Amino acid sequence: MQDAEQERKRRQRMRSLAIAWILGALVVLFFIVTIVRLGGQVAVRPL
Amino acid sequence: MADVAFPVTAGTVEADTGGDVADYVALLKPRVMFLVVFTALVGLVAAPGSMHPVLAIAALICIAAGAGASGALNMWYDADIDAAMARTAARPVPRGRVTAEEARSFGAVLALGSVVCLGLMANFLAAALLALTIGFYVFVYTMWLKRTTPQNIVIGGAAGAFPPMIGWAAATGSLSLEPFVLFLIIFVWTPPHFWALALLRTRDYAKAGVPMLPVVAGPDATRLQILIYSLILAPVGMLPAIIGLGSTLYMVVASILGSLFVVMAFACYSEREGEAADRAAKNLFAYSVLYLFLLFAVLLVEQGFFSHGGASPSFWSL
Repeated sequence: MQDAEQERKRRQRMRSLAIAWILGALVVLFFIVTIVRLGGQVAVRPL
Repeated sequence: MADVAFPVTAGTVEADTGGDVADYVALLKPRVMFLVVFTALVGLVAAPGSMHPVLAIAALICIAAGAGASGALNMWYDADIDAAMARTAARPVPRGRVTAEEARSFGAVLALGSVVCLGLMANFLAAALLALTIGFYVFVYTMWLKRTTPQNIVIGGAAGAFPPMIGWAAATGSLSLEPFVLFLIIFVWTPPHFWALALLRTRDYAKAGVPMLPVVAGPDATRLQILIYSLILAPVGMLPAIIGLGSTLYMVVASILGSLFVVMAFACYSEREGEAADRAAKNLFAYSVLYLFLLFAVLLVEQGFFSHGGASPSFWSL
């Protein structure tokens, strides 16, 4: 019973870690895609 | 193994502990996903003009996620069929590693996320095509055709043929004759590919109540259909060279590969008894995968590294 509980927690931790990595990767991807779509010289555009 | 009854929707002791990350990866059908991404890449690379590599990679990730979503939703709905067949009984849902409801939620979130992201990162035509592909695979093929007609994989094959069109649309924001030709190749390729497998799994399909052609019409009628489709596929495979998408080299490769396909389909048609029949079907199935891969690989190399004429720079030039 205790083993099953430990196994459940281990799998839950692994799933949480996987989701965290995927979310982190998505944040990076969205940032890079945004920069690419904005194009160059975005920082010096007229306000 | 095929005779073991697997729980389908109810959580088992294994499911009570929740699925492993590997189980969720299995829900995505990684091998199918690879073929989808590969053919989408060919559509993307073959399209005129250039696409920033970052946007191209982002689009391919979205397409991969959409393909994975289709796989997960298919495993949710088909859990009863999967449990009855030896080939699929070890999938996460019939094994009780993931509940059917979890697979459905996972697939639905991925489907929605992949379509929205592709729309934002590429364009809305590509996103609409991805949504159409997922919808066609899940609602038309999985929920309707698969359980009702032996033509299930003929019509349902359209879902697997869309990816090059999505890739093309992601790169150009439009569609033209070329992506339809790529679509047509995969569409005509699908029936002989799946029926070769179905010949080897007829008993499994019959047990699961899936009306695949060998179950309904018998193995001989299936072998004839395989031969007819291979005779159509051989010239269809050459079409890219005729419309200027492929070069003379492509034409030569497509002719050789197409002729070999017909030869192997004829071997499958001729060998009808015992081990020789199984071997012929197995060989055709394995070769069909190689055929599609090589055909698209030649296009990828030609279009990616020896870009088409005109003002269109190579995909890799950025």
